[in-house]
Amino acid sequence: MTYVLELIAVNRVFPADPPVTALAGVDLRVRRGEYLAIVGPSGSGKSTLLNVLGLLDVPSSGNYLFEGAETTTMADRRRTELRGSRIGFVFQSFHLLMYRSVLENVMLGGLYTGVPAAVRRTRAVAALDRVGLGHRHRFLPSRLSGGERQRVAIARALVGDPALLLCDEPTGNLDGANTASVLDLFDDLRAAGATLLVITHDATVAERADRRVRITDGRIS
Amino acid sequence: MKVRDLITEAVSGVGARPARTVLTIAGVVVGIGTLVTTLGVSATAGNQIAGRFDAATATGITVHVPVPTGKDAPPAVSWSAPGNVARLNGVTAIAAWSRTPEGRDLPVRANAVRDPTRILDRLLPVLGSTETLPAATRASLAAGRFFDAGHVRRRDRVAVLGALAAEQLGLTRIDNQPAVLVDGTAFTVIGILGTVGRQDQQVLGTAVILPWTAADDGLDLGPISTVAITTALGAAQLIARQAPVALDPNDPEGLEVDAPPDPASLRGGVARDVSGLLLILGLVSLIVGALGIANVTLVTVLERTAEIGLRRAMGARRRDIAIQFLLESTVIGLLGGIVGASAGILAVVAISVVKQWTPVVDGTLAAASPLVGALVGLLAGLYPAMRAARMQPVEALRGPS
Repeated sequence: MTYVLELIAVNRVFPADPPVTALAGVDLRVRRGEYLAIVGPSGSGKSTLLNVLGLLDVPSSGNYLFEGAETTTMADRRRTELRGSRIGFVFQSFHLLMYRSVLENVMLGGLYTGVPAAVRRTRAVAALDRVGLGHRHRFLPSRLSGGERQRVAIARALVGDPALLLCDEPTGNLDGANTASVLDLFDDLRAAGATLLVITHDATVAERADRRVRITDGRIS
Repeated sequence: MKVRDLITEAVSGVGARPARTVLTIAGVVVGIGTLVTTLGVSATAGNQIAGRFDAATATGITVHVPVPTGKDAPPAVSWSAPGNVARLNGVTAIAAWSRTPEGRDLPVRANAVRDPTRILDRLLPVLGSTETLPAATRASLAAGRFFDAGHVRRRDRVAVLGALAAEQLGLTRIDNQPAVLVDGTAFTVIGILGTVGRQDQQVLGTAVILPWTAADDGLDLGPISTVAITTALGAAQLIARQAPVALDPNDPEGLEVDAPPDPASLRGGVARDVSGLLLILGLVSLIVGALGIANVTLVTVLERTAEIGLRRAMGARRRDIAIQFLLESTVIGLLGGIVGASAGILAVVAISVVKQWTPVVDGTLAAASPLVGALVGLLAGLYPAMRAARMQPVEALRGPS
């Protein structure tokens, strides 16, 4: 099995008057170890696609296979488990807990998949080393730069050893230097065999990916 | 910006988050309610306690004499018997009277003119009394005087009217020596009663009171039906036991005695009043606390929208989110319970030290307080936890970071 995920003729329609079609017949395949960028202007359906890919939302019609398993017919609980264990999220605004140390924030990854705390700690230390923040364990996120915060968030996503790293505008809140450091980190992760899917509107971010897919008005081109 | 616009903005702000507004208002409602209740209930309880103590200091005893079984049967209490009671140590006044049986009041009118257009006859209770009635019932005289032993001995046909009876008969002055016709027999009015001090003898206000000898002659009121005794302070219980024997040595059990309550049972009643009041106040404070926890937890949930979304994205189920917030509010309640119980015990000890009392602390209650606090926190966290669990991760992640 070479595909991490397959979207087949996926539609997502929001009930309104008139109904809003956010995704229309989307077909998308992502191979294991691939670095894919999805680009599109705001309002093009990027966020909806992210939610569907991240198992946070269910398509109105079509099929979504994640590691070969059909997710559209899964029970909510099973889908939640899959999301927690196989997908790592990286958000534009980091979503770190400001009152918890860097190490504790990273340890949150895998909290809901039943990994013992000792194991999560070992993995968190390893993940922080991987993103180059091994010396910042005791810091609170408020004392870190934007780039460092995003690297902490990436470390948190890596803790569970996910099949897919799903990044939503990962550099949207960062300046040039920090953007470069995060993109360098993505290259390192790619080289180590991770599957990366980056949603962005920034052409320089998309340039670094192996493959670019454009989404306009809910359609992939 | 106009004041009206400001008000519009404020009101729409209040209406924008109904659940939060309701919780906040509920806190204020219960808080203000507590304040009003505290003042109201303490005044009420104070009144209740005062009422009980007033009843305690009351020194009035009333003995009800049963109606003789047959027409020729000897009276249970003879007219000389009250004199026996008067000699008991502790009795300050005693009066005895016969009265028209209940529902068989006699027609009384103020003059003899027959005027078919007016109703002149009033049906009033008629009493044949001993001359000591004002002292024994703590009645004052609004006008004139009460009859004395001479009137009784001479069987004089004189009458004293209760205040309401005088008003109904249209008598306001007695210096012109008015007369009343009781069932056709004329009596000279020599006095009008003012207020009657004893609350259990208010019937006197509506009555026509005659010397018992004169009443016996013409009106056949029968033997003594009621004996009213006023005692010295603290003697009421003793006299209540002795009076029946003095009044009717043959059958003291046949008399019905109304005596003021026993001081021991009274103390218990007052203690129950006070602790009941304090219990209510404590429970109300607990409700205020619960509403506070609910409100703060709800605000926390709204503030931590992004965190909830993040946790959901990392594989937390709705149940995990609900349990987290329930636990948080339960822990707050538990901590509050522990600190509250400790502070309460310290307060009892401190008060005891100041007042030089021996502190008494209910160990079970002190041990259960943290649990009660935890329970309050759990209940208060139910709604916010439900709100947190209902959040969609999609929406939550777009919230503030």
